[in-house]
This record gives sequence, C-alpha cells and structure tokens, in this order.
Amino acid sequence: MTPYFESWSAFWQMGKHGPYVWAAWGLSLLLLALLVVWARWQRHQLLRQAQRHQQRLSQRQQQRHDSQEGVD
Amino acid sequence: MTKRVTPLSAPASVSFTQRLWAVFLKTAGAREFYRIFGGWIRPLAVLSLIALLVGMVWGLAFAPPDYLQGNSYRIMFIHVPAAMLAQSAYLGLAILGLILLVWKLKTAEYVARALAPVGLVACVIALLTGSIWGRPTWGTYWVWDARITSMLILAFLYAGVMGLYAAGENRSQTAKAAALLSIIGAVNLPIIKYSVEWWNTLHQGATFTLTEAPKMHHTMYLPLIPMVLGVYLGAAALVLYHSRTLILAGEQRHRWVQQILTQLSSKIP
Repeated sequence: MTPYFESWSAFWQMGKHGPYVWAAWGLSLLLLALLVVWARWQRHQLLRQAQRHQQRLSQRQQQRHDSQEGVD
Repeated sequence: MTKRVTPLSAPASVSFTQRLWAVFLKTAGAREFYRIFGGWIRPLAVLSLIALLVGMVWGLAFAPPDYLQGNSYRIMFIHVPAAMLAQSAYLGLAILGLILLVWKLKTAEYVARALAPVGLVACVIALLTGSIWGRPTWGTYWVWDARITSMLILAFLYAGVMGLYAAGENRSQTAKAAALLSIIGAVNLPIIKYSVEWWNTLHQGATFTLTEAPKMHHTMYLPLIPMVLGVYLGAAALVLYHSRTLILAGEQRHRWVQQILTQLSSKIP
C-alpha cells in the first residue's frame, strides 16, 4: 500500500479541502480527548474527597488520643 | 389442606434459563459490576486506540479521494462512526431506562448516567463534522433538512436525559423521569434512520445497507471498519470506567466501597 498524497504539503492541503478535513478531525479528536479528561477528573475528584474524609477521621482520632493523654 | 414446603436448597431441576437469570441478576449488582469490569477497561482502551490510529492514517492518507467530492469525503471516516455511536448509545439509554423502570436495577442507572455524556459527545461530533463537510459539498454549513434536524433533536434528548439524571441523584422519582424520557425519545431513532427516505433531504441516502452491496468502492470504505471498531471499543471503555466511578460515588454507604475508596485514595498525592 502506498499513501495517496505525493508530498506532505499535498497531504496538508488535500486539494482545497484541507481546512475542512483538518477542522473536522481536529474538533472531533479534541472533543473525545475532553471526554476522557472529564471522566478521569471526576474519578480524581471522588478520590480526593475520600482522601479528605479519611484525613478528617484520623485527625479526630488523634485529637481524642491527645486529650486522653492530657487527662492521665 | 397440606402446606407446601419450600425446599431449602434449589432442586437440581432448575431450568437453564432460570439459572441464567440468576447469574444475570447477580452480574447486574453494582458490586459485581465494579469487580467484573475492572480488568476490561485497559484492554478495551488499548484496542480502541490501535483501531482508531489505523483507521485515521488509512482514511486520511491512504484511501483514494472521491471522484465527485474530492478529499472532503475523508470527514466521513469520523462522521459516520460518530453518528452510528450517537444512535446506538441512545438505544442503549432506552434499554437501560426500561431495565431501570421494570426491574429497578440501580446499576442500570449508573451505566445510563455514564453512557449519556458519551452519546451526547458522539452526537455533537456527528453534527459538527457534518456541518463542516456540508460547506464544500452543499455550499452551506447548516440546512434544516430532516436528517440534520432529527440529529439535533437527538442531541437535545441527550441533554434532557442527562439533566434529569443529574438532578435526580439518589432520588428515584427524577431517575424514573429520565428513564421514561430515554424510552419515549427512542421514537426519534427510526425517524433519524428513515429521514433520508421519507423526506426529500439534502443529506444523502444510506451508502451502507445490510441487504445491498455498498455504493462505494472498497478502497474508500474499508478504513471505516477500524474507525467504527475503535469508536465503539473506546466508548465501551469510557462507559465502563465512568460507571465504576459513579458506583463508587453512589454506594459510599457500603463497606466494600469505603474500603476501595480508602485504598485508591491513599495512592493519589
């Protein structure tokens, strides 16, 4: 198999249709990438929230521990 | 009158379909869903990327141009898979909506909420690429013909379903409304499909049908196969990934979710 276009510049220009083809493909790939980034960001947010919750729990436990030591 | 005694263990004569049904219900559970599909996401994503790369290079650089449309038809290699995904994802939403209404499976709601944004993006991509393609082909970016208008309605249906599911987080009434809209909106799907036959549209008729040979040379349409494959595999990976996020977020009252969250969140900085 050989590429249809004879040079890179012919490939970018695609006759007169280069701007249309590249705009359509560029926008599509951008939207797909955004979808993936968004899904990963959602997961990250959830884990961050869980992390903060965990930290609060351990802080509270630490405080309780400290106050008990103060009584002794 | 003798009281019928229910056997403690299932008799060996339980039919195959009953067993299948039991297995289905089990896999439909959120916990099982989370566990089973965890290992699927990476292979699906890798296969999807390979297929997309092959289809992209093939369609953009190797396929010959159209004798009438020239190189602008290379937009088809993303336009057609996106439009296909947009429609089948909505069919998926309708089926999940039905499952949610009939069997009240919470997992169906999670999957639907993960599927809707993927379908919406596919629909927007189909509309955008179609619009860009229209300019050199028809001399206009937009025309209110039946195919294009019904696809625009599909985008609004997606937005509506997403809005309802988002508003109804952990409230079953709005989730029911979202499921109902998913089912009713499916009426639009045959309208999209047959719009090019029922009305006189600027949009061309189907090039690919199940019953006839494609009205296009094989060197021109073959790159569509890896593109369609890549788009569907990628969508599957994304939906599974996001469903699992939504399951973790929505089932936090359960101990198994808390354990997973603690374990996963300890790994992030």
